[in-house]
Amino acid sequence: MTNPLDLCALVRDPATRIVVTCGSGGVGKTTTAAAMALLGAEAGRRTVVLTIDPARRLAQSMGLTELDNTPRLVEGAKGELFAMMLDMKRTFDDVVLEHSTPERAAQIFENPFYQSLSSSFAGTQEYMAMEKLGQLAAADEWDLIVVDTPPSRSALDFLDAPNRLGRFLDGRMIRLLTAPARAGGKAYLKVMTASVGVFAKVFTRILGGDLIRDLSAFVTALESMFGGFRERAQHTYELLKTPGTAFVVVAAPEPDALREASYFVERLSAERMPLAGLVVNRMRRTAPVPGGQTLSAARAEACADALAGKPRSAAGNLAETALRVHAEIAGAAEHDARMAKRFSAAHPEVPVVEVPALAADVHDLEGLRAIGELLTR
Amino acid sequence: MAAIRTATLPVRGRLVDGIPTATRLHVVTGKGGTGKTTVAAALALALAGGGRKVLLIEVEGRQAIAQLFDVPALSYAEHRLATTANGGQLWGLAIDAEEAMIEYLEMFYNMKRSARGLKRMGAVDFVTTLAPGLRDVLLTGKVKESVTRTNPDGRLAYDAVVLDAPPTGRIRQFLNATQEVASLTKFGPINRQSEGVMTLLHGTQTCVHLVTLLEEMPVQETLDAAVELTESGFHIGAVIVNRARPALIDSELLDVDGSIDVKLLAAGLRKVNLPVTNAAPLAEEMSAYAERQRIEVENARELDSVAAPRIELPDLNPPVGLGELQQLAARFTVPES
Repeated sequence: MTNPLDLCALVRDPATRIVVTCGSGGVGKTTTAAAMALLGAEAGRRTVVLTIDPARRLAQSMGLTELDNTPRLVEGAKGELFAMMLDMKRTFDDVVLEHSTPERAAQIFENPFYQSLSSSFAGTQEYMAMEKLGQLAAADEWDLIVVDTPPSRSALDFLDAPNRLGRFLDGRMIRLLTAPARAGGKAYLKVMTASVGVFAKVFTRILGGDLIRDLSAFVTALESMFGGFRERAQHTYELLKTPGTAFVVVAAPEPDALREASYFVERLSAERMPLAGLVVNRMRRTAPVPGGQTLSAARAEACADALAGKPRSAAGNLAETALRVHAEIAGAAEHDARMAKRFSAAHPEVPVVEVPALAADVHDLEGLRAIGELLTR
Repeated sequence: MAAIRTATLPVRGRLVDGIPTATRLHVVTGKGGTGKTTVAAALALALAGGGRKVLLIEVEGRQAIAQLFDVPALSYAEHRLATTANGGQLWGLAIDAEEAMIEYLEMFYNMKRSARGLKRMGAVDFVTTLAPGLRDVLLTGKVKESVTRTNPDGRLAYDAVVLDAPPTGRIRQFLNATQEVASLTKFGPINRQSEGVMTLLHGTQTCVHLVTLLEEMPVQETLDAAVELTESGFHIGAVIVNRARPALIDSELLDVDGSIDVKLLAAGLRKVNLPVTNAAPLAEEMSAYAERQRIEVENARELDSVAAPRIELPDLNPPVGLGELQQLAARFTVPES
């Protein structure tokens, strides 16, 4: 049997300070995060949930109408639940402002590179989510912080992208590109400098001189912040390794989503990061038969065919449809169960909770509460 | 490298009405989790089944084509995946931005060796990551090259190209990358190339297919993307509803309030000697299914605002292999009479 995961116990545990939900896109991460936050708040913990890109109606149900980086009290929740949507651009602006003079900051904001970097660079969203998490954790104002991670192809991006951006902004390459003279002194660096000459020339030719000039100006303006970026990313990364943090991996019973979940679980274990367990959303299930066996899909289909061959009657028609529906559900349920089982066989140590597929998307607190119940053993 | 075996496919008819026959580049996008890769592969198979030479391209470094067709990971080259009796061929290509960059340097500057050196230094990765949108410029540039490439005899190398594109949230940015970057660079090959890429992507030879599920968020994203893409001057091809569940329930079978008469159901079960203890659970399943069916119908109606043909693909319960892809491919074509 698989190891059951009780998320209610997790979010109620005073030792749990940060919960991070991860998983590939389209598996219900945001809903799971919101439901866990509600569970925590309604258990009396002062809770904030940081969402990245919630469905409009779910956001509205929590009183979120715009990106504003300010935790807002969610009306209708028992206890103190705050929710906020990440404003990536503003978070980035704040980091810049904090680390440079107002004149420098103005120069940076005007640079076209900054504008693209702060709004569309792959990894910026992850970096800023980490940054915001770091701020929330430092504020010491919350009993529980629940973080939803940006929708990305790979769940690993959340862990890797901030460092990538940090490394990139701090990088050797960027310094060399813009100020090769700095590299002088050591012998091997001469070789580097020569290559960098080629490098700058090539990219000037490809990208055009203006681009390189803008980039140079951008890097020079950012110079005061070098170190800051990587340090901050590193700091938050370390925070994720502390005992008060728990990762909850979310997946759907599909090969791609579960493969991503596997990668993530393996990575967490390699990094010694605390994994609470896996939530498998959207499990299709048959309804239990009191004191009996559930009909197999094949049997239901055969009985439906038998009914179709008999003289028509209201009872027969209804039973025939019910049996065809059952065959459809039983087939799907069997598939989903097989998928989930395959994951558990590969990772027997990972606690799992399966959440049945719901007919409709969740967009009110009632719906989140219902999910909360399902997350509780 | 291990040899890639190729499968032989059945011959199929022409594409369903509404997808312009002049289309040479099919861009397939959709919200994450909607199965756009599977759909792109099925469409490519359908096109090849019509006797065409087709190239299926992926750009997200996932090796999804290799997984779907159960072949070794694709290196940066075109690999044959399948052939049909009527001369149709399906080829696959996984575009890698770094490799595309090196190819670019070689093509325009004849500097393959120094490009390789730069790659070793991490410089190529650095620059493709750095210049915002440059990755996308390289990827769309390579796509354009594949679509317009001609053989020495002057004929087009491929009759059709299917692109498994980035998800809806990023698609406009992706397709417009060349334009954006060109506005940052006043000269240089990117600026010169930009026009050709934009002409192809905005032209009648290209259409963007939107993959969705009949669920709230994917439908909303599809509607948003359709508006955005149309505004930006792209042509929408088809709206493809993936994993559609059969509409099994006729509303006449439900009571006025939508509930199910369990006693009547039990009577029906008795006719085929099934235990009546099944009646209540079956009714529960049926009413949940009816609710879902109602929501799906509503969501499908929302999609009506997109003026594009609709194609429904059944839920085959993954993992999807070549056999399943064939089944899906058949949905894109009308059988030859």
